[in-house]
Amino acid sequence: MVLLRVDGLKTYFFTYRGVVKAVDNVSFTLEKGETLGLAGESGCGKSTTAYSIMKLIPPPGRIVDGKILLDDKLNLVEMSESEIRFKVRWKRISMVFQGAMNALNPVYTIGHQLCEALTFHADMTKEEALERCKKLLTMVGLEPDIVKRYPHELSGGMKQRVFIAMALVLSPDIIICDEPTTALDVVVQAQILNLLKELQQKMGMSIIIISHDLGVIAELSDKIAVMYAGKIAELGPAEKILLEPAHPYTKGLISSIPRLTKKVEITWIPGLPPDLINPPEGCRFHPRCPQAMDICKREEPPTVKLSPDHEVMCWLYG
Amino acid sequence: MIIVNENKVTDSEKIREILESSKPNRLIYVRNLKKYFFLRRGLLETLKRKPPKSVKAVDDITFDIKPLETFGLAGESGCGKTTTGKVLIRLYEPTGGMIIYKPREETLDKLTNTGNINIEKYDGYVDILSVPRNHFSYLRRELQMIFQDPYGALNPRMRIKEILEEPLVIHNLVDSAEERLDRVIRALEEVRLIPPEDFLDRFPHMLSGGQRQRVCIARALIMGARFIVADEPVSMIDVSLRAELLNLMMDLKKRHNLTYLFITHDLAVARYLCDRIAIMYLGKIIEMGDADDLIDNPLHPYTKALISAIPEPDPENRKRMRVVPIKGEVPSAVSIPSGCRFHPRCVVLDEHPELQEKCLKKEPPLIEIKPDRYVACWYVMKS
Repeated sequence: MVLLRVDGLKTYFFTYRGVVKAVDNVSFTLEKGETLGLAGESGCGKSTTAYSIMKLIPPPGRIVDGKILLDDKLNLVEMSESEIRFKVRWKRISMVFQGAMNALNPVYTIGHQLCEALTFHADMTKEEALERCKKLLTMVGLEPDIVKRYPHELSGGMKQRVFIAMALVLSPDIIICDEPTTALDVVVQAQILNLLKELQQKMGMSIIIISHDLGVIAELSDKIAVMYAGKIAELGPAEKILLEPAHPYTKGLISSIPRLTKKVEITWIPGLPPDLINPPEGCRFHPRCPQAMDICKREEPPTVKLSPDHEVMCWLYG
Repeated sequence: MIIVNENKVTDSEKIREILESSKPNRLIYVRNLKKYFFLRRGLLETLKRKPPKSVKAVDDITFDIKPLETFGLAGESGCGKTTTGKVLIRLYEPTGGMIIYKPREETLDKLTNTGNINIEKYDGYVDILSVPRNHFSYLRRELQMIFQDPYGALNPRMRIKEILEEPLVIHNLVDSAEERLDRVIRALEEVRLIPPEDFLDRFPHMLSGGQRQRVCIARALIMGARFIVADEPVSMIDVSLRAELLNLMMDLKKRHNLTYLFITHDLAVARYLCDRIAIMYLGKIIEMGDADDLIDNPLHPYTKALISAIPEPDPENRKRMRVVPIKGEVPSAVSIPSGCRFHPRCVVLDEHPELQEKCLKKEPPLIEIKPDRYVACWYVMKS
C-alpha cells in the first residue's frame, strides 16, 4: 500500500539573485513500513524535499507545483496550514530535524517539551501525557525520570533520543529523519541507528532518512534515492544502488568513499555542484560527468526504468 | 628581552637520554605530554582554597613520528586529539612534557645564532618547548597547521592574495612585492587552484569549501612547511570532493617531503591515508600501530567497539542490528575514572572479573606488544 506519493514536486526559493530551483520535479513513493534513503551532497535538495513534505518551507520558498499525496487521497500541497496542523503534521508525519540536539528549549524540562504535543493534539491531561512520555522515553532507551531534567544535563546522544521520542508521541505513520546522526560520534551513531531499526520493527512506521553518508543510509534504507542539483538522479532498491549503480553520479559517489574493511583506491568527481539559479542546460550533471555525450548538453535526460523498481535519469540508458 | 620559560627547564642531557632510550631517526619525539585546562573555581571553593579542577585534555601521552610519514590520530570528539595537535606545534603551551623535534639544519643555525638564548639541543634535535616564544618564528615556518573549518580559518575581509602574502610579510621572507606575488602564484598552482590569476583577487566567500581548504594548505606551504598538523581537513567538505583533497595532500607530501599529523574521527579516512594510527580515549593513547594492522586486528576493547560502529555502504547491514561492544557514555574529562579510564565502559572486564582489581586501581601503560604495535590494556597484556 502506497502511504506517501510525491509526484512532480517543485519547490523554488524566490531570492533577490533569482529563482533557486532547490527541488525540481521530484517523484517517489513510500510504502507502509518501508524506509527510503535520500542521499546526496549538501545543497542537492534533500532537506528541502523533507521540509516540503512537512509543509514547512520558509519564505521566500514555495511549493510551486506537484502533488504530495498521503494515503493516495489527501493532497498536502492544497491543504491549508490549519488543516495540516490538525490532521497531518506530527499526527501522520513527524520529523527529527537536523541538529535537533540544539533545538530543545533550554529553560523547559524535557517532560514539559514532550508533553506539549500530547496536550495540544491528543486532548490528554498533563498527568496522562506525562505517563505516556515516560513510556516513550523507556522505549527509546532512556530513564523515565529524565522528564524532570533540563536539556543541558543530557549528552548529545541522549538529546537525539529525546527527539526521536518527541517524533513518536502521536504514533505517526511516517518519520522523516534529517541527518539524524551527523553531529554524533560513531558509537552513539550506531546506537541511534539501531534504535530506529528497533522502533520500526516494533511500530511498523515508514522512515525517510536523509544523509550525505551512504554508510548511514545503507544501515536503514530499503530503497535509496540519490539526488543531484534538485533532481533524483537514480532511485532503486538499496542493493541495486549500492552494488550496481547505473547513474555516473551514483557510481562516482560510491567510489569516492574510503572503506574501512579493505583498502581500495578512491576516486573523485571533478568540478563543483552547479549553481541552482542557473543550472547547466540539458543534464545537470553533464559538466562533471565522465561519460557525457553531446545530447547531455542539450536535452534533459528522461527517467528510464531499468527494472520495475529501479529508475535512472540519464541518456546512457535513454 | 629574553624570556626563558622557567617551568620547563630542561637540559640537553635529558634530550640525550630520551634519544638514546628510544628508536632512532624520528622526526618528533613526544614524551609525557600533558595539557590541562584549569576551570574557574566558585566563590566557596576559592574561599576554601580548594585546588582548581582541571580538564585533562591530554594526559601524559608518549609517541614518535617518523620523518615523511602520515601519522593518524583518531578518536571520538573530546578525546584530546585536536589539543594534542595544537600543543605539538605549540599553539597551546603544554602543562608538562617534552617535544623533541629535528628541524632543518638552516633553521637550527638561525635559532642558535639569534643571540645569547639558551636552547636545549642535542644531535640536531631541539626541545621545542625550550625555544623562547619571541624566537619561535623560525620553527613556526616548519610547523604548520590546517584547521578543520575552512570557513572560519580565512579572514573574510582579505583577498586570497593578501591571505597568502601575510605570512611572507610577517616572517620577513621576501622583500620585493613582485617576488611575493610570484611565490603566491606558485603556491596556488601547487594546490591546483588554476589559473591562479583567477583566484588572487577573490574573497574567501567566493570560493567553495574545497577551494578554501586548498588556500589553507597553500598558506601552510608558502613558508616551506615540513611538519603539518591537519585537523580533520575534509570533515566539512562534500563527499565527492573529499577524495580529490586527500589525494592532493598526498601529492604535496611526496613533492615537498612533508610529514603529516592527520587528526580525524573517521577511521576509514585514516586507513586510506595514514601509515600509522594512534587511537585516543579521554586524553590518552590506548592503541597505536600500523594503520592496516590496527584496523584489521584491533586489540584494545575500545578500538574494537569503535571499528564495529562504523557503517559501511553495504545493503546487507540493514537486515541486522549493529553490535557495538561498549557500555554507557564517555565520562567527563574533569572526573576521569580511576585505574584504566576505559573500565566503566569495558565489556571485556565484565567477562573477566578476575581483572577487576587491576583495571580499577592501576592505569595500564602503553606497551609495545609486537614490533611497532602498542596497546594499553591489562587484558591484552595478560593474554
